[in-house]
Amino acid sequence: MAHFITAPAPHTHSGDSVRRNMLLVILALLPAYVVSVIEFGWGALITAAISICACVATEWLISRYLLKEKRQTIGDLSAVLTGLLLAFNLPSSLDWWIVLIGAVVAIGVGKMTFGGLGQNPFNPALVGRVFLLISFPAQMTTWPVPQGFATKYIDAETGATPLYYLKHIVDAGDGSVINQLPDLMNAFLGVMGGSLGEVCALALIIGGLFLICTGVITWHIPVSIIATVALFAACTGWAGMLPEGLDTCHYVAYELLTGGLMLGAFFMATDYVTSPMTAWGKIIFGIGIGVIVMVIRTWGNYPEGMSFAILIMNACVPLLNKIRPTRFGEKKK
Amino acid sequence: MRTFKIGGVHPRDNKQFSAHQPIVECPLPKQAIIPLVQHIGAPTQPVVEVGAKVKVGQLLAKAGGFVSANICSPVSGTVTKIGDWTDAWGAPGQAIFIDVEGDEWIPEIDRTPDLVHQCTLDSKAIIDKIAAAGIVGLGGACFPTHVKLLPPPGKKADVLIVNGVECEPYLTCDHQLMLEHGEEIIIGTQILMKALNVQRAIIGIENNKKDAIAHMKHLAQSKLGIEIQPLKLKYPQGGEKQLIDACIGRQVPSGALPIEVGAVVDNVATIYAIYEAVQKNKPLISRVMTITGKELAKPGNYLVRFGTPIEEVIAFAGGVPENTGKIIGGGPMMGRAMDHTEDMPANKRLSGLLFMPEAESVRPEPENCIRCGKCVSACPMGLEPYLLSRLSELEMWDELEKHSIMDCIDCGCCVFTCPAHRRLLDDIRPGKAKVGGILRERAAAAAAEKK
Repeated sequence: MAHFITAPAPHTHSGDSVRRNMLLVILALLPAYVVSVIEFGWGALITAAISICACVATEWLISRYLLKEKRQTIGDLSAVLTGLLLAFNLPSSLDWWIVLIGAVVAIGVGKMTFGGLGQNPFNPALVGRVFLLISFPAQMTTWPVPQGFATKYIDAETGATPLYYLKHIVDAGDGSVINQLPDLMNAFLGVMGGSLGEVCALALIIGGLFLICTGVITWHIPVSIIATVALFAACTGWAGMLPEGLDTCHYVAYELLTGGLMLGAFFMATDYVTSPMTAWGKIIFGIGIGVIVMVIRTWGNYPEGMSFAILIMNACVPLLNKIRPTRFGEKKK
Repeated sequence: MRTFKIGGVHPRDNKQFSAHQPIVECPLPKQAIIPLVQHIGAPTQPVVEVGAKVKVGQLLAKAGGFVSANICSPVSGTVTKIGDWTDAWGAPGQAIFIDVEGDEWIPEIDRTPDLVHQCTLDSKAIIDKIAAAGIVGLGGACFPTHVKLLPPPGKKADVLIVNGVECEPYLTCDHQLMLEHGEEIIIGTQILMKALNVQRAIIGIENNKKDAIAHMKHLAQSKLGIEIQPLKLKYPQGGEKQLIDACIGRQVPSGALPIEVGAVVDNVATIYAIYEAVQKNKPLISRVMTITGKELAKPGNYLVRFGTPIEEVIAFAGGVPENTGKIIGGGPMMGRAMDHTEDMPANKRLSGLLFMPEAESVRPEPENCIRCGKCVSACPMGLEPYLLSRLSELEMWDELEKHSIMDCIDCGCCVFTCPAHRRLLDDIRPGKAKVGGILRERAAAAAAEKK
């Protein structure tokens, strides 16, 4: 009697895989990465290379020798993505050994401690970044002025970021540095100082839309973050907190286009593992991030608060996952 | 275009292999095997004895309860055995074995191809005829049709929904039936409207069958109360609750039957069987099956007498392709993979056979859940499959009940969509069975206390 393969239904699959999703996110990051290579030259290449290699190596070593897993997971590309995202969140002139420490912390502490992919409560790349920000505050807040391949990797000419000026303007009510802000078009295209991958809003938006169109992420998180930040900034303007020379529209645009907002909204906050599963959960998650980042930017000690905002909301995810999706037949009786 | 509102997925429909293949009659077997259970509900009681001579259409086994369905003989010949038999999945059962001799039909059956338009019977007489003919839902559930037509006291249907969706990939038998027997389906719909005393019927057809939509629209033109509703392509639109939502925007509440929102749903193949039973006195003895697969020699739509061993049907369609890994009874989303084909007959439950090449038959190894939430977005019932699967593993029955596990319709959208290839339903199914048992026990205890 001939026997055939038996297995429970369904017998077909969408063809989606963890690896495919990771690969698409990496692809979506490429436009922004190209811009940062153009702007920061060798620093962008070296930092990303160290970060990615260190992340993959850390995962493999821990999985192979500490956890003694038979099946290795580096092939799913999630470590590559974490490495790339960590690099995106670092100044391109950061010393190589600091990058290395960041990568080891990101994967080692941020991910493998909890049991690897899918188990970590916090975004690993941000765990790495915030660890570095607290441990090396000076190096982490010194950004090179973009000069293409003329940008020196060591001893680069540095400058403050637009967010630093913006905070100074709003918090201290000092309008004298308004002329230090880049013009809006430059901010949109990314001709300004900042972390390696965060500068070009245009490239990040293109990548983000690509992810939404390919079904990798949904619109809920990025849209709710961006809308919340815009509304918060607009309220600041309407409340008369802006000094002479900076109107509400420009201020809203600066808040949206500078710092890690676009990178965070499209790529960091949407990390599957550390974001809620239901539509409403995602929207509340996004609103939470938007509010926290604006509170930190306006009144906090740091000019930028995207990493903190996302990590704090990561901690709320188990709670947000208690929000049930609308069951079939629930609304109508 | 209309569709259901929550979840759903878009599997490749792969209907091109057998679509538009004219219905071909499969030759009669030498020996027919008639399982005594071909429906949901109580097993049937045989009314013939070994050695008896039977004719096509004669009652072989009568319904064994209210929710049960008669089985009439699909062949003529001599009963040689009534006893143990094992199905293609290894489940034991009982069957009647008949050595086929000729093809002699009982005289009551009208075997002419003439259309019979007029139906003068009243509602009760129609339902009695449907019950006598042993008709069950041919869309897959196999629920006895006459039971659906007798609503519980206080409930009244106001719309009949005819399921021409055929949302399972590969299957094309309902499509071809609409193209070749559209007129019978329209008459059957009118008969059923009369039986249910409703003024409105909607035939829902997915948009990948444009010719069937046009054809049925043309036929329904002058028929009062019958509408054709084209539907956007999305699986599982053929699910009863999803179809009602898609056609009339009413959502059947959790745990309730369609009658709760005034709807009765029947599949086009069932409607065709109703036409044959009421107008031609022909009981349910055969059905159109889709025999298909990427590498099958003659994929198509075959009219098969029940009892015909599927090995003979397969041979007629060109034989099992060489590198077949799986033979699926039904479609790829909800069908069941057979262990073997020996001794397995065509019956009311089997809507098709699908041959999957070996390369597509092995499930990939599951990886860690990455909490992407795609299963939640895909679930047409608005459930959280990742959670149900985990809670089932942990045997947390109370939590499972709270998270509405009993609403799961087994459609497979969650497993289909999971990027980590997690076998969510492998855990959810046993959890659902366990919680269902607990609920039944509780209901029984409550009923006993009342007494």
